[in-house]
Amino acid sequence: MQRAMRTLHACSVESSNEHGRMIGAARSNRRPLSFWRRHPGLPFVAPTGVVLMVMLLFPLGYTLYLSLMEWFAAGPPPHFVGFENYAALLGDERFLNAVVRTLIFTAIAVVVEVALGIALALLFERRFVGRGVARTLFLLPMVATPVAIALVWMLMFDPATGVLNYLLTLVGLPPSLWVNDPWLAIPSLALVDIWQWTPLVMLIVLGGLTALPNEPFEAALIDGASRWQVFRYLTLPLLRPYIAVAALFRSIDALKTFDPIFVITRGGPGFASETLNLYIYNMAFEYLHFGSSSAMLVVFFGIVLGFSVLLIGVRRRASA
Amino acid sequence: MSAKRPVMWRGTVFHVFVLVVLAAYLSPFYWMVLSSLKTQVQNVAFPPLFIFAPTLENYRSVFVNNPFFLYLWNSLVIGFGSTLLGLLLGLPAAYGIARYRRQKVALAFLIARIAPGISYLVPWFIVFSKFDLVGSYTALILSHLTVGLPLIVWIMIGFFEDVPSEMEDAAHIDGASQFDIFLKVALPMVMPGVLTAAILSFIQSWNTFMYSVVLANADTRTLPVAVFGFMSYGGFDWGSITAAATVITLPVMVLTLFIQRHIVGGLSMGSVKG
Repeated sequence: MQRAMRTLHACSVESSNEHGRMIGAARSNRRPLSFWRRHPGLPFVAPTGVVLMVMLLFPLGYTLYLSLMEWFAAGPPPHFVGFENYAALLGDERFLNAVVRTLIFTAIAVVVEVALGIALALLFERRFVGRGVARTLFLLPMVATPVAIALVWMLMFDPATGVLNYLLTLVGLPPSLWVNDPWLAIPSLALVDIWQWTPLVMLIVLGGLTALPNEPFEAALIDGASRWQVFRYLTLPLLRPYIAVAALFRSIDALKTFDPIFVITRGGPGFASETLNLYIYNMAFEYLHFGSSSAMLVVFFGIVLGFSVLLIGVRRRASA
Repeated sequence: MSAKRPVMWRGTVFHVFVLVVLAAYLSPFYWMVLSSLKTQVQNVAFPPLFIFAPTLENYRSVFVNNPFFLYLWNSLVIGFGSTLLGLLLGLPAAYGIARYRRQKVALAFLIARIAPGISYLVPWFIVFSKFDLVGSYTALILSHLTVGLPLIVWIMIGFFEDVPSEMEDAAHIDGASQFDIFLKVALPMVMPGVLTAAILSFIQSWNTFMYSVVLANADTRTLPVAVFGFMSYGGFDWGSITAAATVITLPVMVLTLFIQRHIVGGLSMGSVKG
């Protein structure tokens, strides 16, 4: 994770003339030795570079190109329309609602995950019998097949026979419609995300806790600081870089959540839980509108990228 | 009382608290297994049954009434295929990045990590359709490769950076080629890392749903897609659905126990999900 930040930094500093060098490379076949000497690692990296280019960078470029085309698979062949697809998005209420829903889902999920994750990390920092086993068990929601997990939650959410409503009635609360309620669909789906990913935040923060220096805490102890004061004015500020990293990764992934939403609600009831990812999926693979779905993809990518840049900025300030 | 220096907490209250938190946390798994042992009637009973005569009928039905072994085979072929290809490409790449500081390749991986998976899927679908590859193992392995490869590279960069350069310098002086040094000096030293990266890449491929649901057909369907399909035909047979979910989840959990120490780094950096 630290490496990711380093990479970003190194690349933003270094000016990019890779392309020029590549062209030079093709020409310098006459003297292969000097070329390989100038680029010692290239043979190791090149095959992966090609795969990256073909499988990941080319599709991104192609998406950008398609977003300027009108292309309905069952209609006439694709033709250039400029920014019309983007302009249409501004008037597309379903799209705008999907953007808002995506942001709400992400906000609920990440805020709760970070708060719970910190609490759990503090709990797990203490030594107790079976701590190692307990930590391993907390990994399981993260690695379990998301589709399988989503199906189990769907069973538990069932308004008529689900175990969650049974638990609610047990403590005297009225039963809920969960994902079947247009207002509760997004928070309920966020609950699944929270269950699955809080452990990641906890483990990142836990890693931070063990790396903290001892001296400030000893000093605070001597000064007679209360536990709350130690947490509020010492632990929390020192942990901020770790929390920022955890929030960054969780935000990027929460924005892109697909499997549980697709399995549990398919965007329903109505469009109540249709996030951007779901809408784009429908637009592309149900309605086969490749042009406008590509325009949405570009906007979606922009949102995710914007979030990343924002949070990396926050992290830089936090660690500075 | 320090938040930093852990004290041995022997308090029963504390232990009970941890136990309750853990039990609540794992209860969805418990519910999954429990439901897989119930009949359909028991599964829709309210209040839900906690004590009942368990039956293995659902597991039998999953394997007998569906080509479940075919789906299992597909998941294995695609998982192993994409992981092996990922290692073949990713190990030298990670070595190259670690040794020669090829930061731009690393940046490309980072962008790949940030971009939504669906932004690759639309172009892939169009291109694969042109070459009549939709539904083929080739398309599925290639798409899953984009999940596994970045993960393998990111994990392995760290392992290769830890190999002391003195060893490699010595081999260099003895006249070994760059590639020999990679293969015979560096690689043997990072074998534990290779195992970790391979397992994580396999798990991610095993779990991948969105790429498979679009790119697979009836013959190449992977397990997650197959289980998702259980919902549509025959209504909601919760017993079979949870039995299949249990069968899919179990191997992942067993594999996780081998690599638990590296899971956080792997999951946060490597996976290109959604």
